[in-house]
Amino acid sequence: MNRINQKLQENKKIVSIYFTAGFPLLEDTVSIIEKLQRAGVDMIEIGLPFSDPLADGPTIQGSSTIALKNGMTTHKLFEQLKDIRKTVSIPLIIMGYFNPVLQYGVETFCAKCAETGIDGLIIPDLPVDVYNEEYKTIFERYGLVNIFLITPQTSEERIRYIDSVSNGFIYMVSSASTTGAKSGFGTEQTDYFKRIANMQLKNQQIVGFGISNKETFEQATQFTKGAIIGSAFIKHLSQYGVQNINEFIAEILS
Amino acid sequence: MSYHVNEKGYYGEFGGAYIPEMLYANVEELRQHYLKIMDEPSFKEEFHQLLKDYVGRPSPLYFAKRLSEKHNTKIYLKREDLNHTGAHKINNTIGQILVAKRLGKTRIIAETGAGQHGVATATVCALMGLECIVYMGEVDIARQAPNVARMKMLGATVVPATSGSKTLKDATNEAIRDWINNPVNTHYIIGSVVGPHPYPDMVARLQSVVSEEIQQQLLEKEGTTKPDYVVACVGGGSNAAGVYYHFLDDTDVKLIAVEAAGKGIHSGESAATSVLGKEGIIHGSKTLLMQTDDGQITEPYSISAGLDYPGVGPMHAHLYRSCRAEFISITDDEAMKAGLELCELEGIIPAIESSHALAIFKDKKFKKDDIVVVSLSGRGDKDLNTYINYFNL
Repeated sequence: MNRINQKLQENKKIVSIYFTAGFPLLEDTVSIIEKLQRAGVDMIEIGLPFSDPLADGPTIQGSSTIALKNGMTTHKLFEQLKDIRKTVSIPLIIMGYFNPVLQYGVETFCAKCAETGIDGLIIPDLPVDVYNEEYKTIFERYGLVNIFLITPQTSEERIRYIDSVSNGFIYMVSSASTTGAKSGFGTEQTDYFKRIANMQLKNQQIVGFGISNKETFEQATQFTKGAIIGSAFIKHLSQYGVQNINEFIAEILS
Repeated sequence: MSYHVNEKGYYGEFGGAYIPEMLYANVEELRQHYLKIMDEPSFKEEFHQLLKDYVGRPSPLYFAKRLSEKHNTKIYLKREDLNHTGAHKINNTIGQILVAKRLGKTRIIAETGAGQHGVATATVCALMGLECIVYMGEVDIARQAPNVARMKMLGATVVPATSGSKTLKDATNEAIRDWINNPVNTHYIIGSVVGPHPYPDMVARLQSVVSEEIQQQLLEKEGTTKPDYVVACVGGGSNAAGVYYHFLDDTDVKLIAVEAAGKGIHSGESAATSVLGKEGIIHGSKTLLMQTDDGQITEPYSISAGLDYPGVGPMHAHLYRSCRAEFISITDDEAMKAGLELCELEGIIPAIESSHALAIFKDKKFKKDDIVVVSLSGRGDKDLNTYINYFNL
């Protein structure tokens, strides 16, 4: 069984952390992943930087720009990750935009993920229809879980469709926004989390966007399986560097 | 073979809607309604009334006698430069704001490079009394001050795009991000035949008034609705889409697309997407775009701010791939000379974008009785500083 599906069976709330590969320094990737595992996170999303990240706010955009300037490429990332399974056992997901994957070659990319020990992919601008028609068989051939996003604007019919195509978890975007735009949740979000929980979907939901600390993590996971922290972690890395990852995670787990 | 969009939003293998889920509801709402709205009699009436009384359409199809003599063929100029706000861009913004109003939107956003589309959007927002936010790269704001001032006078808020290369592609990213953050009350007026379906088709349809007029005007002047050639410059490709539209499926009419070669195709400073681009995804559309081997989008260059988009609309990618249109690249120097030639022979100062289309006559030869329609997509007032610096005027 895929590590993501195994993790989702555990009786606990999932803490997932996003970071941009190649930031703050080109060679920080492996050390960030190892430190996150040691600090106790359940799952990691490794961001493959892109020049034009449409769904991201200034924090992740900024980290992507720096990562690309540092020399991060798709080849470089796979090279850095080649021995990652010798030291890391938690699920690893690559999150990136479709164009770099397309240029690498979708099948080559999937094969490389499988070889490296990557468990899943989040490609926000690969639409579910295109995935279903053109790429699903390739992803499945390499045992990769593909994760789709839903938002408060996604219709019930479409959520059911996404649920039927998904085989891991559903990435629930907490509000209509780019990453890092909002912090904290109001009743609008809570109602949305409840509404989705009541749909009894086949796939569990993990919330992303707007989670920055223990308080927002607990709010987000009251009705869901887990939550993803991205921009807040990038800000922490910018401010305190790779050495203080443990403190950031400890606050959330406390 | 049809060169129009299919029901899934593709031109051949190009097009589609490669957008994050956060944009899906917005784009889907537009996709479901745009054809129905544009087909309503009340829409058509209001659109054509405004094009006539406000924009000044139909724009003349002018037989350029001295230019024709010089190049030994029959050259007609489609005078989009005489439109209100000085270019073809206003045809699209008038249409889209009418669509936006019918969708109940109260807030308009747009991207702009040189500022022409921004001005055209600010203009129609003033006309309709809607809030207008224009995203413009920080670098472009600095080099296009008069257009920034125009937008401000027209009541628009100009927001600098400070991400990435701080130019048109980043302004487009920022506008898309704004739309993600404001999904309910906002309509995004894209300025070219780019972006996710249905934008390329919607913008092409709104610009198609140009080729419709060409057919009628040519019938009066030449007794035929068919030119032998239609020539237009291509950045994103909205003016080309407009002049090609009614001729797309009639292969008797040859289409010529003129791209900006900048300082030379292989100089590293160029915007000739058909030559330098590879298939990929930009701003939600699968098309040809300039990028690194790793799939990072690169920054194009042209002396003309309206042609330096790293991609090209999916319709044009298909016209290129299928060889329906001939693509020609023109350097800065060739364009500037052709612009000056039009001033001297016809008394018309063209936009530098349009000068690229005019520059093909130097090397490409036509028959004496060929009817060649060239899109004079904009006037050169906005480019005066560039002309001054280039020619030491």
